[in-house]
Amino acid sequence: MYAFEYLRAGSLAEAGDLLSKNPEAKILAGGQTFIPTLKARLAQPTHVVDVARIKDLAGITVTADAVTIGAMTRHVEVGNSAEVRKAIPALAALALEIGDQQVRNRGTLGGSVANNDPAADYPSAVLALGATIITTSREIAADDFFQGMFATALAEGEIIKAIRFPIPKRAAYSKFHHPASGYAMAGAFVADTAKGVRVAITGAGASGVFRWSDAEAALAKSFAAAALAGLKVDDSNCIADLHAGSDYRAHLAAVMTKRAVQKITG
Amino acid sequence: MTKIAFTINGKQVSSDVEGRTLLVDLIRDELKLTGTHVGCDTSQCGCCTIQLDGDMVKSCAMLAAQADGANIVTIEGLADGDKLHAVQQAFTECHGLQCGFCTPGMIMASVGILKANPNPSDEEIVKGLEGNLCRCTGYVNIIKSVKRAAELMKV
Repeated sequence: MYAFEYLRAGSLAEAGDLLSKNPEAKILAGGQTFIPTLKARLAQPTHVVDVARIKDLAGITVTADAVTIGAMTRHVEVGNSAEVRKAIPALAALALEIGDQQVRNRGTLGGSVANNDPAADYPSAVLALGATIITTSREIAADDFFQGMFATALAEGEIIKAIRFPIPKRAAYSKFHHPASGYAMAGAFVADTAKGVRVAITGAGASGVFRWSDAEAALAKSFAAAALAGLKVDDSNCIADLHAGSDYRAHLAAVMTKRAVQKITG
Repeated sequence: MTKIAFTINGKQVSSDVEGRTLLVDLIRDELKLTGTHVGCDTSQCGCCTIQLDGDMVKSCAMLAAQADGANIVTIEGLADGDKLHAVQQAFTECHGLQCGFCTPGMIMASVGILKANPNPSDEEIVKGLEGNLCRCTGYVNIIKSVKRAAELMKV
């Protein structure tokens, strides 16, 4: 790891101040991706601003139509929250499928979404549920937030405060785990929402999480796995690496979508 | 340098650390608690698993500075004097180790599994140990050990 100065922010105002004073600073949340990145010398910040203890970024609030989760809420807390399990069981189940128990005990919702790893789980839930990302300066719709692999709409120094997930009529997530890393080789989050059926695919897209509109249209007509028969994910923009080719990932994405629908319809 | 203080195995300690100092390096190199191992240093093998404020975490994927104020238990802190912790006892009885390198992490992860679920099925144990690797591939006896520990903890 290159040397850097560790700074802990006690409040959002302090975090903003530290970030604006140190243009080469980076934000540290749970660190489950960022610390390995630093160890691999893939990042060289002058300062690391730890925001994990900021009280304004903690907590889960459930209203009649939405679940709002503070950015520094850890995966284990989302997964085990009785309120989240009741309101959006698919979201709680997804949280308990991330990484391993040690990672879930440190990793945070905000960290995962801000990083936008193309194989991360949370971005698929955020996009499929049509969530809203609440930051220190504005509210961003999920459809505008994810802008390609590791790229988001966040500006320099802008911090995710919380994410508001509208409660769907029904939803499910299905994921093909990479057997070693636990990351999604392909994952599909299917949500039947007030604004229609939304299907988000993670793990497969070379530009990160994306909506599979053909599946959405088919499921809008008939919400059943059979409605997806013959539909194919376009593999021209799918990831190809040593683990799987783009055609295989596209195939997996379609299979995961069917399984997610089957989880819902039983 | 950052001044930090925390409790480890019941003892209050403090230290001046560089920002980049990993928690596992502080535990091993400065506090000389070498039961916590570094297997991969890429947060995949789980040999460095410790308990931090009640939760199992990988101490190679944490900065020492992040542990300021925490209550930490390492493998050295599990036994009560000469009396082994139920999970340690079970790993001994069931031969839940071969070379032993992964064992401290396996035991800490198993304590975490049993804390969340005192009666885990084989499948739940396997899922709970996803973050730990045994390169001797001694998983069969490790799973047996966790089941035995669950029995011992009920007594």
